[in-house]
Amino acid sequence: MSTEMKKVFSRPDSLKDVQTHFCPGCQHGTIHRLVAEAIDHFGIKDQTIGVASVGCSVFLYGYFDIDVIEAPHGRAPAVATGAKRVHPNRPVFTYQGDGDLAAIGTSEIIHTANRGELMTVIFVNNTTYGMTGGQMAPTTLPGQITSTTPYGRDVTKAGYPIKMAELLSGLDGVAYSVRVAVDTPKHVLQAGKAIRKAFETQLDGKGFAFVEVLSSCPTNWGMSPLAANERVGSEMIPYFPLGEYKDATGE
Amino acid sequence: MTKRLFVKGNEAVAMGALEAGCRYYFGYPITPQSDIPEYISRELPKLGGEFIQAESEVASINMLLGASACGARAMTSSSSPGISLKQEGISYMAGSECPGLIVNVCRSGPGLGGIDASQADYFQSVKGGGHGGYHIIVLAPDSVQEMYDMAILGFDLSDRYRVPAMILADAVIGQMKEGLEPHSYVAPDDLETKDWALIGDGKAGEQKIIKSLYLGDGELEAHNNHLHAKYAVMQEKEVRYEGIELDDAKLVVTAYGSTARIAKTAIRLARKEGMKVGLLRPITLFPFPKAAFKQCKRDGQRILCFELNNGQMVEDVRLAVRDVEVDFYGRAPGAGSLPTPEEFLAKIRSRYEA
Repeated sequence: MSTEMKKVFSRPDSLKDVQTHFCPGCQHGTIHRLVAEAIDHFGIKDQTIGVASVGCSVFLYGYFDIDVIEAPHGRAPAVATGAKRVHPNRPVFTYQGDGDLAAIGTSEIIHTANRGELMTVIFVNNTTYGMTGGQMAPTTLPGQITSTTPYGRDVTKAGYPIKMAELLSGLDGVAYSVRVAVDTPKHVLQAGKAIRKAFETQLDGKGFAFVEVLSSCPTNWGMSPLAANERVGSEMIPYFPLGEYKDATGE
Repeated sequence: MTKRLFVKGNEAVAMGALEAGCRYYFGYPITPQSDIPEYISRELPKLGGEFIQAESEVASINMLLGASACGARAMTSSSSPGISLKQEGISYMAGSECPGLIVNVCRSGPGLGGIDASQADYFQSVKGGGHGGYHIIVLAPDSVQEMYDMAILGFDLSDRYRVPAMILADAVIGQMKEGLEPHSYVAPDDLETKDWALIGDGKAGEQKIIKSLYLGDGELEAHNNHLHAKYAVMQEKEVRYEGIELDDAKLVVTAYGSTARIAKTAIRLARKEGMKVGLLRPITLFPFPKAAFKQCKRDGQRILCFELNNGQMVEDVRLAVRDVEVDFYGRAPGAGSLPTPEEFLAKIRSRYEA
């Protein structure tokens, strides 16, 4: 029997064989795997430079078996710019959360995208600050209760959730801007394809590539992993529609 | 014979940096240092380098971090308010042991202050500046020639110790023109290949990580002790200062940078009047020439410190000599004019006779 068995799924080479620190039901693990699969797909593990941000994704170097630079909060696109200019032939990506990219790092992401830096940015949007304990993020939904919006996000005072994939698609330096989710098998497959394309865009020298990934945070949402996963589909996707907002890759 | 040029200090520091092999510059315009990015944006592309006018000082220091992590000689430059914005990145560079050159052509503050020369960033430069209890190498040129020389020295020291280096100049040193004899760069024999950096050697299976986060039990304490052990070695080996007529001096004047230039003239005038006065000019502000000041104490000399601020370096002088009386004369930032040699001479005279 055993000779007939075929291995159909395994850990990507680019990921280390270690346990993660992520909470049960957190989707960083899935997103890490999709990024690692894209790196494996193109055979660029030994060349790729990852830039880690501040937040739950800071331990990138603990999970990815690639070179990593740890950036200050929000500054990953600037750090990645410096790295890419020194090594124009090495693939560079940043991996940032919503507080990092869409609040404190707004300036860096917009100008890096606008310069059309040849890099890939993975943006994980879970509508909250995970590492610091569930405070309001720039992407927190209207009315959403967080530890700093105990009465729900009041858009008249705290503004509206920022739609980064749409916002960046308006910049001429951006070649590819897309929003995906990982809440269903179908969405996971679409997300994997988008992340591969975002690396391909960089490798082909076509411009800046941005992938926003909607993700759950059961711990800080106060939900079970299953309920949190359902919220991605029922509340987040209606506000943050999935799809390609810009594709200037010419395919 | 070496060609002699007539250039600004800002141009000289840029020329020295390029001579030292700097091929990456990241910066944001600010008076009185904009000649640096202007010069480099013109000259660097000819050398195959990369110049980025960043969206902010915050972005430019982080680009420097990224380039440095990849093993390149890279730099940024700014002036006081811009240097404040860079402090976050400087702390991360110090923590993750990324070398690099930062030029501060000081202007007056606090806040937007003014655009005239100032030495009010001494504390910020030598005491860390950002969070976390670190040091960077701080070099204080007093001439256009030294702006060139110290760009080179700054890169060499920074690479040797994996500690960021700062050139602390001011509007006078940056903007004035005088003679410069550029010389060819020769790398010191002891500079090692940057095996720690992401130099792209493509060695499979050898992950390289540049980071400043240490959460494991005892890791951060060990890391901090490692950093401070490097500072102690620098204190032992890398102190630089200029001494003028110190041997027979009864009064030692101390000043750095532009203020030292004025003090040099004042000392010549004092000697003409028969006063035995010398000058001790710190060139490395960190590491600070403590031993040279201790020697003044052993020789029974009095010390008079001149600064273009309300008294900053004088605190380090007093720490170095403890119970010796150290006099201070300074001019507040933004005075609108520089002290004259005669002004310093009057202070020397009154202290000498006291």
